[in-house]
Amino acid sequence: MSRAAPTTTAYGTAGRGARPRRTALLRWSPLAPATVLLLLFLAGPIGYCVYIAFTDMQLTGQESASFVGLDNFRHAFGDPAFLNAVVLTLVFTLISSILGQNTLGLALAALMRRASRPVRTVTGAVVLTAWVLPEIVAGFLLYTFFERRGTLNAILDWLHLPSQNWLFTLPILAVSFANVWRGTAFSMLIYSAALSEIPQEVAESAEVDGASGRQRLWHVTLPMIRRSIGTNLMLNTLQTLSVFGLIWAMTRGGPGSRSQTLPVFMYDQAFLKSLIGYGTAVALLLLVVGALFSVVYLRLLREEV
Amino acid sequence: MRRTAPMTWLTAAVLAAGALTACGGGSGGDKDTVEVAFIKDTNTKVTVRDDYIETVARAFEKANPGKKVKLIPIQASENDYYAKIQQMMRSPKTAPDLVYEDTFLINSDITAGLLRPLDDHLAGWADWKQFEPAAKAAARAQDGKTYGVPDGTDTRGLWFNKNIFKKAGLPQDWRPRTWDEVLDAARAVKRKVPGVIPLNVYTGKGAGEAAVMQGFEMLLYGTGKDQLYDPATKKWVTGSKGFRDSLEFIRTVYAEKLGPDVSDALSPNIQTNVATELMPEEKLAINLDGSWLGQQWQPKGGGKPWPEWPTVLGRTAFPTQTGAAPGRVSLAGGWTWSVPRQAQQPDLAWKLIETFQTRHNALEWCVRGAQIAVRKDVAADPAYLKSIPGIDFFTDLVQVSRYRPALPVYPKVSAAIGEAMEAVTSGDATPQKAAADYDEQLKSVVDGQVVAKP
Repeated sequence: MSRAAPTTTAYGTAGRGARPRRTALLRWSPLAPATVLLLLFLAGPIGYCVYIAFTDMQLTGQESASFVGLDNFRHAFGDPAFLNAVVLTLVFTLISSILGQNTLGLALAALMRRASRPVRTVTGAVVLTAWVLPEIVAGFLLYTFFERRGTLNAILDWLHLPSQNWLFTLPILAVSFANVWRGTAFSMLIYSAALSEIPQEVAESAEVDGASGRQRLWHVTLPMIRRSIGTNLMLNTLQTLSVFGLIWAMTRGGPGSRSQTLPVFMYDQAFLKSLIGYGTAVALLLLVVGALFSVVYLRLLREEV
Repeated sequence: MRRTAPMTWLTAAVLAAGALTACGGGSGGDKDTVEVAFIKDTNTKVTVRDDYIETVARAFEKANPGKKVKLIPIQASENDYYAKIQQMMRSPKTAPDLVYEDTFLINSDITAGLLRPLDDHLAGWADWKQFEPAAKAAARAQDGKTYGVPDGTDTRGLWFNKNIFKKAGLPQDWRPRTWDEVLDAARAVKRKVPGVIPLNVYTGKGAGEAAVMQGFEMLLYGTGKDQLYDPATKKWVTGSKGFRDSLEFIRTVYAEKLGPDVSDALSPNIQTNVATELMPEEKLAINLDGSWLGQQWQPKGGGKPWPEWPTVLGRTAFPTQTGAAPGRVSLAGGWTWSVPRQAQQPDLAWKLIETFQTRHNALEWCVRGAQIAVRKDVAADPAYLKSIPGIDFFTDLVQVSRYRPALPVYPKVSAAIGEAMEAVTSGDATPQKAAADYDEQLKSVVDGQVVAKP
């Protein structure tokens, strides 16, 4: 956005200080309601959360909450269940977001560019359906898919393959697959848009120069959609970090704590164990994890070619 | 590029905030409307409680012209229900006027200041004299005040399928005297009747308090005196042999595959599963469960009507570990009607409690809900005694029934027990290790108020 420079020069030096400020204010005024709403409903609750994280507030069983400083955070770092949740969150994010949704989304987008129109329409519709479904519905669908007496085992039986019970034996993998199924459409859309932006001439000249398909992908396509990759990774990661409904519907973080990622751990502590203060502190730590990822991605984005 | 950065940061903030904030619906403060919050079964077919409350509510509206009862059924598992009502009760905007409270949780909610004492109303209420002393004490807090009116109680024992027992060559009037005899019967079923689950004992975090009370504490209270909480020193017990032995029993059931498949046993749906599928379909031989199961098989409002159940099922008391006196173990619990502190219409809510607890309505609930009566006049009523087969058996168990420690911290202790059970059931930990982990967690939960007991 350009500054209001021309107006200032026109009015000379006299109104130099006051005038642009007034203009800026005027320009901001249509945004005022949005800003106020954001402050009220976004900054407000977050500020309140920060406050609660430093208290020992409980949902029940306590007369009054008191300020406990950094106790909740100290407790978290000594809590094996918290560390377990951090590790599982990283595994979940790595498998389902970075490896799964991102790679699969790019592959689908690339393949669909070459596919015939009907194939493209059908594939697009199917992938998008998974994304459009409400999270909780997707959760129940995938629960019935992976469940011991569910669809997947029926198919495996029919193919005379050994059956699985991943919801129990490898729950983190099951919920990761579920998240890939649900979220790939988003990456696919972003990459479809990015790939269509690549000028035809560049691809053609690379082809004329004798670059193989793989070389074209590595040296031409990927560098040209670098920013989309960065943006997509960031959005995907942040979304995956906060996935709750899907895991809750499928495993409730169990069995034991084998699929208890940070959001599930946070809910368990805050609402089932009634430790609102501790749960909120965990929520803030989750925010920090998200921020760390964002910083890494922003760095990647900034390094210009 | 610079320009996308703030955008992405904003998006990041919005996404992250989504994980943190939640919205609650507001509720009006209409002075002629009384709002009643209660738990609804996760199986939509089960409407026993909803139907009963609806009936009473309509009767109340008829008797009090101009007044309205707004029902707030909360369809959830018990743990989620507790979390929901606690959040509702925190704010006057969302607090119901009357809430259905599990006695399991009531002390904790009283300490948190979520409920109102009812003593002023009780003093002037003639019917209160009809309540059994134990029932009156159910919702009495440490401050001596009463915060709820119970609508029934329950006891626990073994349900067994006589048809399966016949096939397994086991007696029709089965009376196990020790834990080993229970396990032996289950092993006999496993050997002789393939395709049937021999024994169900609730376990793990999914079933919540049902696992801890129906499963673990039925075992623990039969291992000796004060294995959970020591009233003499007012401290919680660590390192007890009874605790490890009880976990060992759980381990045996699931390691020997005497119980349901572990993934089913740990699912939050197991209770509904057992009552509306496994038992009526005669796929379960022995079930350690509550006195109220019959409500699930009622022709109207039950989750799975099952007219033959009175002849198919037998009942017997759960034994102590080695047959020590009194030879039978049972725990009693129940629910109460309570008024939240933030209620907008507390007086109207009390009037509704009185309506729930008229002799007629109380009897109606005991009959429909397969509850054990807490009013003496209802307990003596022929309609109650004939209400449901086995009600005499379960009423008799009240004599030996024990209560859970009525302390605010109990729900947290219970959660720790659930985790120990889950670790043992899934094979993640040995009973020794799980008991040691429990001891550690207990210390932090009760602020070090523990006493070691060998």
